[in-house]
Amino acid sequence: MSYSNLYERPGPRGILRNRVLAAAVAVVLLALAYLVYVRFDEKEQWAAAKWTPLLRADVWSTFILPGLAGTLGAAVTGVVLAGLFGLAFGTARMSEHRWIRVPAATVVEFFRSVPLLLLIFFAFFGSYAVLGVNISAFTAVVFGLTLYNGSVIAEIVRAGVLSLPRGQSEAAYAMGMRKGQVMRLVLLPQAIKAMLPALVSQFIVLLKDSALGLIVGYDELVDRGLNGIAANFSNVIPAAILIAGIFILINLSLDRLAHRLGRR
Amino acid sequence: MEALLFERDTILAAFWMTVRLTAVSALGSLVLGTLLAAMRVAPLTTLRGAANVYVTVARNTPLTLVLLFTGLGIGANLGLTLSDDLATNNFWLACIGLTAYTAAFVCEALRSGLNTVPVGQAEAARSLGLGFVKTLALITLPQAFRAVVAPLGSIMIALTKNTTIALVVGVSEASVRMREMIETYGDQVIEIFLGFAAGFVLLCLPMGLLFGWLSRRMAVSR
Repeated sequence: MSYSNLYERPGPRGILRNRVLAAAVAVVLLALAYLVYVRFDEKEQWAAAKWTPLLRADVWSTFILPGLAGTLGAAVTGVVLAGLFGLAFGTARMSEHRWIRVPAATVVEFFRSVPLLLLIFFAFFGSYAVLGVNISAFTAVVFGLTLYNGSVIAEIVRAGVLSLPRGQSEAAYAMGMRKGQVMRLVLLPQAIKAMLPALVSQFIVLLKDSALGLIVGYDELVDRGLNGIAANFSNVIPAAILIAGIFILINLSLDRLAHRLGRR
Repeated sequence: MEALLFERDTILAAFWMTVRLTAVSALGSLVLGTLLAAMRVAPLTTLRGAANVYVTVARNTPLTLVLLFTGLGIGANLGLTLSDDLATNNFWLACIGLTAYTAAFVCEALRSGLNTVPVGQAEAARSLGLGFVKTLALITLPQAFRAVVAPLGSIMIALTKNTTIALVVGVSEASVRMREMIETYGDQVIEIFLGFAAGFVLLCLPMGLLFGWLSRRMAVSR
């Protein structure tokens, strides 16, 4: 146990006392669960009609799977573009030229400090006024995800490169490499390897943020669950629990992947 | 630019809502997060397990879903009313959702802070006869807090930006006002966006500076 320094290793009496207290806590938790159960019961949330639709194949094929495809589509497009954005602006921020470094830093800091929802709103509701065309909800969501997460990734890239020993670039220069070659062939490959866990964590953030698409009417998982399933079977709570479960499952597998990459 | 000047009162009112959401949820999530962190290191398996499950669920669920669950699920379907006034009720429901979500991140930050406290601190406390609760409350948690001021600052800044999502519970804060204004003043979209963005920068920048200063001031020198 990693926190055992907070208490003595319990003796026989301590173990007994801890077991009794743990059981008491379990009783309290069960009592809380029972209160929730009763409240659900009062509001008829246990009705079979609310839960059984979640097991139907047509519910999965009309709502959940298309929603999942929407979520993953936006998230994967977003992470690819955000990765490119992050790579470009992260390296630009380390440029020797002030006229590249300063604008890149301004862009990164700006998009990091603006709420993602404002970016999506700006793209979705403002596109007609600015560009003269209405863009799709998908484009607006990907626009926001790319700029916001791209700026965060730019910082991850910069931190990754700066964390490398100076000898790496010195040795590369000594071999006669040019600036671009040093970055591309020596620094970035090592930095990206070190950054992989952080990048996977950022992908989890991005995946969760893609749920914002619901606000502009993008067909993603939360939207299909709460506006699709729940509208048909008036089962907001069961649908929300199922959708949350799907997100948790995906994110925990990604988390495990990040840990495994970190150990390598 | 005229639109921003003309509507400055409604914009300020919207940002005031953002500030209130942030302040209440920040306070709530600090309290709940500390409690969760204490639970996660407790010697009682059930307490640890409950906190573990809570943090895993809250961290991996999209905030949009958390807020919709509090608004539609707990509010509308389970009938939890915190005020007879609809707007006030929505405000408190949004605060509950934001608190529940942010507390998980506060807990994680504090837990990593506890890892930075040397073993000797707790051992010394125990040799003075302090039990688990006192060791945690008087010795290790205060030092953990001082170690994680900067990450807590990032969490609070993220919370400020996350309050925009409270619109799904029907709270009219800054993002709602921005959408309305973009639709009303279609000729000044960029100014409106930059104005609202500047509002968030003005809120978050001082917070960043404050937490940066605090973290340097409060750092435990070892």
